[in-house]
Amino acid sequence: MKASDFHVPVACAPRLRPEGPYGLLPRALPIREVCRENYRILTFVLDDDLPEARPGQFVMVWLPGHKEAPFSLAYHRPIALTVAGVGPLTKAMHRLGPGDVLWLRGPYGHPFTPESGSQHPLLVGGGYGVAPLAFLAEHLRAVGQQPVAFIGGRTAEDIIGVARLEALGVPVFVTTEDGSKGEAGLVTHPVSRFLAEGRGDALYGVGPHGMLRALARLAHTHRVPAQLSWEAYMGCAMGLCGMCEHDGVLLCVEGPVRRVIP
Amino acid sequence: MKQPADVDLSITLCGVRLPNPFVLASGILGTSETLLEKAARLGAGAVTAKSAGLHPRAGHENPIVVDWGGGLINAVGLPNPGAHREAEVLAEAKARLAPLGVPLIASIFGGTPEEFAEVARIVLAARPDILEVNISCPNVHDEYGEPFAASCAGAVSVVEAVRPLCPIPLFVKLAPNVPNVGRIAADVVAAGADGITAINTMPGMVIDVESGRPVLTNRSGGLSGPALKPIAVRCVYEIAQAVPDVPIIGTGGVTTGNDAAEMIMAGATAVGVGSAVYYRGLDLFRPLCEELAAVVRHHGAKRVEQLRGLAHRSHGVPWKENKL
Ligand SMILES: Cc1cc2nc3c(=O)[nH]c(=O)nc-3n(C[C@H](O)[C@H](O)[C@H](O)COP(=O)(O)OP(=O)(O)OC[C@H]3O[C@@H](n4cnc5c(N)ncnc54)[C@H](O)[C@@H]3O)c2cc1C
Ligand SMILES: Cc1cc2nc3c(=O)[nH]c(=O)nc-3n(C[C@H](O)[C@H](O)[C@H](O)COP(=O)(O)O)c2cc1C
Ligand code: FES
Repeated sequence: MKASDFHVPVACAPRLRPEGPYGLLPRALPIREVCRENYRILTFVLDDDLPEARPGQFVMVWLPGHKEAPFSLAYHRPIALTVAGVGPLTKAMHRLGPGDVLWLRGPYGHPFTPESGSQHPLLVGGGYGVAPLAFLAEHLRAVGQQPVAFIGGRTAEDIIGVARLEALGVPVFVTTEDGSKGEAGLVTHPVSRFLAEGRGDALYGVGPHGMLRALARLAHTHRVPAQLSWEAYMGCAMGLCGMCEHDGVLLCVEGPVRRVIP
Repeated sequence: MKQPADVDLSITLCGVRLPNPFVLASGILGTSETLLEKAARLGAGAVTAKSAGLHPRAGHENPIVVDWGGGLINAVGLPNPGAHREAEVLAEAKARLAPLGVPLIASIFGGTPEEFAEVARIVLAARPDILEVNISCPNVHDEYGEPFAASCAGAVSVVEAVRPLCPIPLFVKLAPNVPNVGRIAADVVAAGADGITAINTMPGMVIDVESGRPVLTNRSGGLSGPALKPIAVRCVYEIAQAVPDVPIIGTGGVTTGNDAAEMIMAGATAVGVGSAVYYRGLDLFRPLCEELAAVVRHHGAKRVEQLRGLAHRSHGVPWKENKL
């Protein structure tokens, strides 16, 4: 018996332990800048980077005295979060300005990964779901792909994120339900047209579940791979509490981005 | 489940066979038949459901769990759908687990011994294989007061209420923060408990220095993960000394096969796995089995049972004579 036998190999690769400096306790980060996107959505730019974070990942944001909730990374260098004021936490966040502090832990979750073999990915967003699309577009362009973006909303006021995408050289198609900007109707219409014309070979979607289900059907019909980011109520974000379960999948670790295979 | 061929990892808890000693701990993955089945398919030897009470509860507001470096701290606050819905989930879970040969452990809590009995009666209809009474949750103190596990009399009162109506093995989940855990174990066994699960989390607090506030919404919480392991190993050791023939599910900080071997050498028959699901992912059970098998093999043994209590037998014995 050798000494090396005695040390049982401990294959303790801490796979789920988030990488990066904010993986552990929530860390206080100063707000550098707050940009208004529209009447209900603000983007917070923080005074720090998460260089390892990938598009599609999220952080848990805590305001002491309020609760903690998940937000997608709109950017990682510096950290940016695009936040819709919908309830107590997000409305409290909207009252903050430069020099105030947000507490973050993360990044968590399974990110978007560029589909190999795709040249013309279609990026689809609705509401604050547009937030991570520019981050994703930058990633896809870096591997030589030519993304096109589709942004949907109820009215012209609901459309955000167009300038950031266009600044990256990404063509943007806008739809509104009332026709006040871009094409009238649902965002899935131009996406469906692009797929039918063979002008798209992969789908990436962030937005309401109804939109994601429609995109999954389109991906199936047109036999292209799709990566969709599903939101669920999240508790721990660490794969322990089970609160984010959706059809047997823990969305905080096995999502939020799930791949639909054609 | 496929086992390491030359080593027998199977064990029995009061006649209930487990293909391996690794038990998904209560509260991990919540209450979901789908997730319990998933853990079983990924190689758990048994699965424990989240503790259920009589009435539905929402649990505490986020933050409910954080990683403070040496381990985790949680105050989830026992969210659960109430005993009646729990019984439906357990029945479905049982139907899915039975063909896999993986036993189901139900876990219950209550505010009084009578409430424990009421919840037990309702969930036993789902025919779980083992019933675990959680008398040791540290995170609902505001509503329930001091846990029953804090005193012999409290612990015994729950066992006396549940035992008469429980036809299956009855395990009692004990707390680490008591002066003499061995005596509490001895008393609950004398009152009719068949086994002990040890330990629940250790009360603790983490304060955010920037805001001057406790990080958890519940302010205090329970420590789990690596920091808990030496505390758990010592509790299991003391319990095994107090009630040598009673099976123990040794729980607290087990993250590797080595950790599991420590628990078993301290006197545990089975090993609970909770926080490690965060550190290693839900597919950790098969690697854990491989790692534990390597320890068994290293000791020249064929069955994991042979390691049980080794630390007691080694006491005062020079190393070379400390044989299995
Ligand atoms: C992976 C993921 C990424 C997200 N990214 C963004 C983002 O980039 N920008 C953004 O504005 N919002 C995002 N959200 C939603 C955001 O977490 C909620 O809007 C926020 O929790 C609302 O809190 P509140 O107190 O302001 O409102 P509440 O009144 O508490 O809730 C408003 C809505 O948010 C949902 N919600 C509340 N708590 C949680 C929680 N812990 N987890 C998930 N949903 C919750 C509620 O079901 C309700 O529909 C994301 C959610 C998830 C799961
Ligand atoms: C998020 C979380 C929730 C828990 N919920 C329960 C519960 O409902 N009932 C219970 O008896 N123990 C509960 N526990 C305690 C565990 O079952 C276990 O005893 C403890 O975490 C120590 O084991 P570990 O270090 O492997 O996590 C919970 C632990 C965690 C981390
Ligand atoms: S949020 Fe707790 S398991 Fe996903």
